[in-house]
Amino acid sequence: MILAVIIVSGIGAFLATVLVFAERVITNYGDVEIDINKGSKKFTVRGGGSLLETLTQQKIFVPSACGGRGTCAYCKVKVLEGGGALLPTEEPYMDKKERADNVRLACQVKVRNDIKIEIPEELFAIKEFTCTCEKIIDLTYDIKQYNLKLVEPQTIKYTPGQYIQLLSPPYEKSSEEVYRAYSISSDPADNTGIELIVRRVPDGIATTYLFDYLKEGQTVRINGPYGTFYLRDTNVPIVFIAGGSGIAPIKCMLHHMKNTKNTRQAVFFFGVRTTKDLFLIEEMKQFEKELHDFTFVPVVSQPEEDSGWTGVTGRVTDVAVEFLKKQGDVSNREGYLCGSPGMIDSAVKVLADLGIPEERHYYDKFA
Amino acid sequence: MTFGAQLTHLLVILFASIFTENILLARFLGMCSFLSVSRQIKTAVGLGFAVVFVMTFTVGLDWLAYRFVLQPYHIEYFRFILFIVIIAAFVQFVEMAIERYSPVLYQNLGIFLPLITVNCAILGASLFMVIREYGFVEGVVFGLGSGIGWMLAIVAMAGIREKLAHSRIPKGLQGPGITLIIAGLMALAFIGFTGVLSGG
Repeated sequence: MILAVIIVSGIGAFLATVLVFAERVITNYGDVEIDINKGSKKFTVRGGGSLLETLTQQKIFVPSACGGRGTCAYCKVKVLEGGGALLPTEEPYMDKKERADNVRLACQVKVRNDIKIEIPEELFAIKEFTCTCEKIIDLTYDIKQYNLKLVEPQTIKYTPGQYIQLLSPPYEKSSEEVYRAYSISSDPADNTGIELIVRRVPDGIATTYLFDYLKEGQTVRINGPYGTFYLRDTNVPIVFIAGGSGIAPIKCMLHHMKNTKNTRQAVFFFGVRTTKDLFLIEEMKQFEKELHDFTFVPVVSQPEEDSGWTGVTGRVTDVAVEFLKKQGDVSNREGYLCGSPGMIDSAVKVLADLGIPEERHYYDKFA
Repeated sequence: MTFGAQLTHLLVILFASIFTENILLARFLGMCSFLSVSRQIKTAVGLGFAVVFVMTFTVGLDWLAYRFVLQPYHIEYFRFILFIVIIAAFVQFVEMAIERYSPVLYQNLGIFLPLITVNCAILGASLFMVIREYGFVEGVVFGLGSGIGWMLAIVAMAGIREKLAHSRIPKGLQGPGITLIIAGLMALAFIGFTGVLSGG
């Protein structure tokens, strides 16, 4: 019996040694150079790992939500040279234009030789932050606001409308480390902390952690900022449409407009289901007073009979269409959308029907 | 046995393992990757070739380990552990080597290798080889045939699923549900081959 165990373990040990040796010899690609944005940054790194891993080691955080398994398709980067051909694992995520532009999933590309890549400049600004959860405020029965104070680094620079990724560490109900994206809702004048507005997702890994486990005073890890959802530098009137916790980035933009004394005309359609889902109404009314030309239209789709709701009733997108049609030609406007994928899809449709072309619809769609 | 008879014997094993004893459709082994990677013909072919390759070689390697290590010491009951270890090590090694020396092959075959390390069809083939007391050549031919049979099944399934992508399927049946039903129908069809030959 003992002999048997020794023999089998011996074979196992032998194979393991062969593999370790093989890894040393075969997968040793030596030092390779990563060239980012035509020489604006260069690193010499040990080859062999995935591009995503290698960039993370160099403190360049390409967005990724699936942990490098090639399923979320957030980590798209342009690989100009040295990435090899597109892999079958990437094909489903690439459209024609991306193929032509050599866009790849950073988690699937292996760094085996010198490689030249192109990433958006703003990714250089992305950092990892340690924060303390300063305050948790109930906004509605299923939406909470989290005020996070930055500890290390102590300040953050972001464009109003961008989002961060929050790390949900392993806890009782989930053994996984996952990152989830949340928009920053705070006043950008304060760069020492951020505020998030989160709606509970039933059985969601990260929201269960935030709602049931995170306590005031505890440490939270985030990285960011990410996203291209920010106010474009033009003067045309703005149409904001948001549902529920989608109000977060728009609140941040409104703070910014107030801080910079922006006089653009803006109208904000805020849709919720029942009057119990309404929140931040006072704050929005305050913006109406303080901003030059801002109209806030809260819309409740199914007000309870005894709620005494006297405001607008209906689907937020329908209300927006009716409202805007009365204003004549609105085709020059910019649409800023935030909410569930379903809401965004229907908002995109109504904006297009109003003559606002798709290149002026802005949103970050996270499922 | 004469050479001719031997050849016939091997051909019977080969065709039986492809058709009548199809490891996927008759034994339902290797279902997980069969269900998850059968959406496109192209990826199914890649994965299929990886299975053919790995199965052929690991059945051979496992036969050697069984005959020259386990049998002499009468520790055949350790075959499960030993076979799995050999398969895993082999797959790892091949993946490393392919990735380094042949990017083209890695592109078409290599990236599928990690997916099938723990594919039960691979281990199943080695275990059948023991149960049926195959010799080395018979074992390798059986591994090859089982691999081809598995590939045939997944490619056929991918073809059907590509067509299905355009059909309206009730919500509750989408994805694995309809795939399992189709797998059942395909298995029924393959039973039709049973009368033709038997590799026993």
